[in-house]
Amino acid sequence: MLNVLGPDEGVLTISLHRPEVLNALSNSLLGELAQVLESVQKDARVKVVVITGSVKAFAAGADLQEMASLNMVGVLQNPRPELWQRIQRFDKPLVAAVNGFALGAGCELAMQADIIIAGENALFGQPEIKLGIMPGAGGTQRLIRAVGKSLAMQMVLSGEPISAIRAQQAGLVSEVCIPEMTLDRAHQIARQIARHAPLALQQAREALLKAFDTDLTTGLQYERKAFTLLAATQDRDEGIAAFLEKRRPVFTGK
Amino acid sequence: MMTDNSSFDSQQFATIQFEISDGVAVLRLNRPESLNSFNTQMHLDVRQALKLVARGTDARCLLLTGNGRGFCAGQDLSDRSVAPGAEPPNLGESIDSNYNPLIRSLQQLPMPVICAVNGVAAGAGANIALACDLVLAARSASFIQAFCRIGLIPDSGGTWTLPRAVGRPRAMGLSLLGDKVSAEQAERWGMIWQVLEDDDLQDSALEMAKNLATQPTQGLALIKRAINASSTNTLDQQLELEKELQTVAGRTDDYREGVSAFMEKRQPSFKGH
Repeated sequence: MLNVLGPDEGVLTISLHRPEVLNALSNSLLGELAQVLESVQKDARVKVVVITGSVKAFAAGADLQEMASLNMVGVLQNPRPELWQRIQRFDKPLVAAVNGFALGAGCELAMQADIIIAGENALFGQPEIKLGIMPGAGGTQRLIRAVGKSLAMQMVLSGEPISAIRAQQAGLVSEVCIPEMTLDRAHQIARQIARHAPLALQQAREALLKAFDTDLTTGLQYERKAFTLLAATQDRDEGIAAFLEKRRPVFTGK
Repeated sequence: MMTDNSSFDSQQFATIQFEISDGVAVLRLNRPESLNSFNTQMHLDVRQALKLVARGTDARCLLLTGNGRGFCAGQDLSDRSVAPGAEPPNLGESIDSNYNPLIRSLQQLPMPVICAVNGVAAGAGANIALACDLVLAARSASFIQAFCRIGLIPDSGGTWTLPRAVGRPRAMGLSLLGDKVSAEQAERWGMIWQVLEDDDLQDSALEMAKNLATQPTQGLALIKRAINASSTNTLDQQLELEKELQTVAGRTDDYREGVSAFMEKRQPSFKGH
């Protein structure tokens, strides 16, 4: 259900591949995804991961067949939350290249990524309410942080999706391009990221994510500590030296 | 999905004639008794036909035209969905479900769309014609923004298309006065591509369509996207878009074929992708 390519120039590409159901996110697909991410977590050759779907659909939602079979006890015992947490624990930069539908769990998966690049034809939405349920994998929490209260409420309560352009205006998506170029653009950005010092990337990413969890004072303290920590790295010395000597730095991750 | 090039039987549709052959999808509005005005059924039929064009791989050009003495008189005002009754109708709903999707499909169809305007094109009929990529008109044809005469505004993209095609002063004149524009004047104003003699129109339009259907379809579709997007883009955005679209174009088989045919001084044979 997944095609994995690379790593190429530090970038691993994961394509969701269940075309017959527009990449509906079944437990087994999420399980495969969690497994791939865990397997490259410690692989120094993989610096950035790009996750994508097809031209028609990034992922059209959860697997409703699967969901229909669960009662409340079934939902309680469902391994799904643990699968989502395993995906969330991946701590390298994750870029989502989204074309077509990113609905329900598909939207939630895209929002797990650090950066979303969208094709003009992308549609982001949390339509769960139409089925008498609600988003269950971060859809309420991450969406409101990305697009603000009013739009998040509208999307979740009305169930109506938004276009790529609207998603970009709201801050959910960093760039919009023509659908044929979405993956190229995501790769371009991923390769650019992959060239930078791994420890600096890690600290910067963590500091940014901290902003969602803390007040400003704590966040600023965290940033200061992370910044200070990097002063002890060889890559920092190399980066500054290379800049002064007008050459490309060679980072070692130390 | 189509598996061969056999024609579609026009009897499949109540209000249009539709067939695909030689790479050309021909869609003829066929309610000549009411100047091909749109009722709910015709919207359904046109939508279904455009779906077949978009989903299949046989069609590489769409030719839209009308049967009888008119091209299209726009909305059939006797249709129940729009008739003013005790309660005012919600025209927004009809536009939302019928006209807007139609204009969007014509614009987004990844192939050239030719409109052969065989007679009067009034109201939405005019703006549907103007939404096509190449508009040919019979010398006796005319365009009328009839909306102002019944208290409405030009829809089907008219208020967007007209100022871009003929400039604000003429767009205002056409929309506020509702005057008839002859095919010749439309050509002079740059509102359409070409006027043809009445007897020539259908043959010439079909010939143009057949020829376009042998061209690099994907490349033509990318050109269409670029030009349509230019209306709202800044130069910088458009330069970026051109770069992206050209990257895609450069990956097509037809580009490879076009260049090798040029080098080998032979006629190219394009597959459309």
